[in-house]
Amino acid sequence: MIFADCKPIEEIVKNLKGSKNVLLIGCATCVAECAVGGEREVEILAPLLRMALEKEGGPVQITTKTLEKQCEAEFVEELVELMPGVDAVVSLACGIGVQAVADRFQKVAVFPGVNTSALTIREEPGLWATRCEACGDCVLGETFGICPISRCAKSLMNGPCGGTRNDGKCEVNPDVDCAWTLIVDRAEARGALKSLMEVRKTKNWSNSRHGGTKRVLREDLRV
Amino acid sequence: MSVRVGSNLEKVLAAGQFAVTVEIGPPRGPDPAEVRKKAGFIRGIGDACNVTDNQTAVVRMSSIAAAKILLDEGIEPVMQMTCRDRNRIAMQSDLLGAWALGIRNCLCISGDHQKAGAGGKLKGHPGAKNVYDIDSIQLISVVKGLSENAVQEGGDTISQAAPFFIGAAWTPFGTPEKFRVMRLAKKIAAGANFIQTQAVYDVVHFAESMRKAREMGLTEKAAILAGVILPRSSGMLKYMKANVPGVDVPDAMIERMKSSKDPKAEGVKIAVELIQALKAIPGLRGVHLQAIEAEEALPEVAKAAGLFPRPSLG
Repeated sequence: MIFADCKPIEEIVKNLKGSKNVLLIGCATCVAECAVGGEREVEILAPLLRMALEKEGGPVQITTKTLEKQCEAEFVEELVELMPGVDAVVSLACGIGVQAVADRFQKVAVFPGVNTSALTIREEPGLWATRCEACGDCVLGETFGICPISRCAKSLMNGPCGGTRNDGKCEVNPDVDCAWTLIVDRAEARGALKSLMEVRKTKNWSNSRHGGTKRVLREDLRV
Repeated sequence: MSVRVGSNLEKVLAAGQFAVTVEIGPPRGPDPAEVRKKAGFIRGIGDACNVTDNQTAVVRMSSIAAAKILLDEGIEPVMQMTCRDRNRIAMQSDLLGAWALGIRNCLCISGDHQKAGAGGKLKGHPGAKNVYDIDSIQLISVVKGLSENAVQEGGDTISQAAPFFIGAAWTPFGTPEKFRVMRLAKKIAAGANFIQTQAVYDVVHFAESMRKAREMGLTEKAAILAGVILPRSSGMLKYMKANVPGVDVPDAMIERMKSSKDPKAEGVKIAVELIQALKAIPGLRGVHLQAIEAEEALPEVAKAAGLFPRPSLG
């Protein structure tokens, strides 16, 4: 899932300075799962935003709406009836959702309410961890189902750096497992440690953002 | 081992001599006099001198520039190159530039993560974006391509090869230890000619790692130099044991430093004993001798360990 962190409310309030009629929108998919931008968070944030804005003078109207999927045009269309009179929009969706709304309603300022930061799995209740970097050249088949591109702080492709802590944690964060220690352990458990001896060649990053903005056209799916 | 590149370090190793490399860190400012001052401390001590590349992710004078200053001082540099700050385009460009300036040894390493910031002593640049386009093993193969095949990573040929004596690092006691000798083998397979290890204080443990390397034939294919960092205090050893991954310090050594009335002299004695013990390990080809922020103490260690003067091979 796409993971996002809350933006400090001060930053949102600063962006909205002078706004009197704000539309606050959430998204019921990824950001709801990571509890920063679903219906619950929208309804908690709305009165806080109103109070903060009203402190600066005059009544402020905050309308709330949580879309099923803010990154899909058909759901974004549900906002049309709410837009008249709105002078600013705050979206608690990921960066994709924010842009979907900003593209559809170009005359209104649309501000992000969260920081989209990673592609994660929910490891435990309340604990998310990165699993993918969308590098465009998946190596999970050779790394025993553990991604070194997203889970190694240096995206190393040929084994662990010299900084692995004695307890198998990453030098950058004592709470994060060294991805390569996990890979080596799983390879050994599978009796396949030797397969990691192969020198992995330089990676082709051009199928990710490094190849320029992604645009995929599938003729078979065109109407 | 035949001479391919012609660097002094390569010649010393090819002649079967027990090699000595030393290390300096470039200054955080632009003053070349600071590099020359450090050069003065280590002159004549090593067959070559490593020049670190923004170590602990702190901005310093570039390793290429500092290496060139060493060259002008008559000291052969080992230019360190990390994968943190440059992509394959910038690295190859810098390698060609370094070669043009006369730099012939290059140590390929991953580099400390930008969060390191001198272990918290300096602000550093923790908000920087890192690169890691290629990793240290891939960098070795890229340098090998320029060195031996006159071909860039992307496949374009260049007018002439830029032969480098290629180095790599080895952390024999790092976690997961079972993989460390395999990773060493990968580095050598990729093209590493010499290896400098993380600091060794437990010679018995290191001898065991070396045995594995010998059994895999690695000591025949590359020259391994054991890292020796001069102990200066029991606190320093304790710190390294607790905080530097892959460094194991026997408790007896910490005790010995602690109970000494003159820890600096005791540190020199320990370093000399370490070097003597390391010399006895079959297949070990030299030492990488460092004294952190105390380079002026190195001549005493080198002399007491019988490593001075260095061979002159022209």
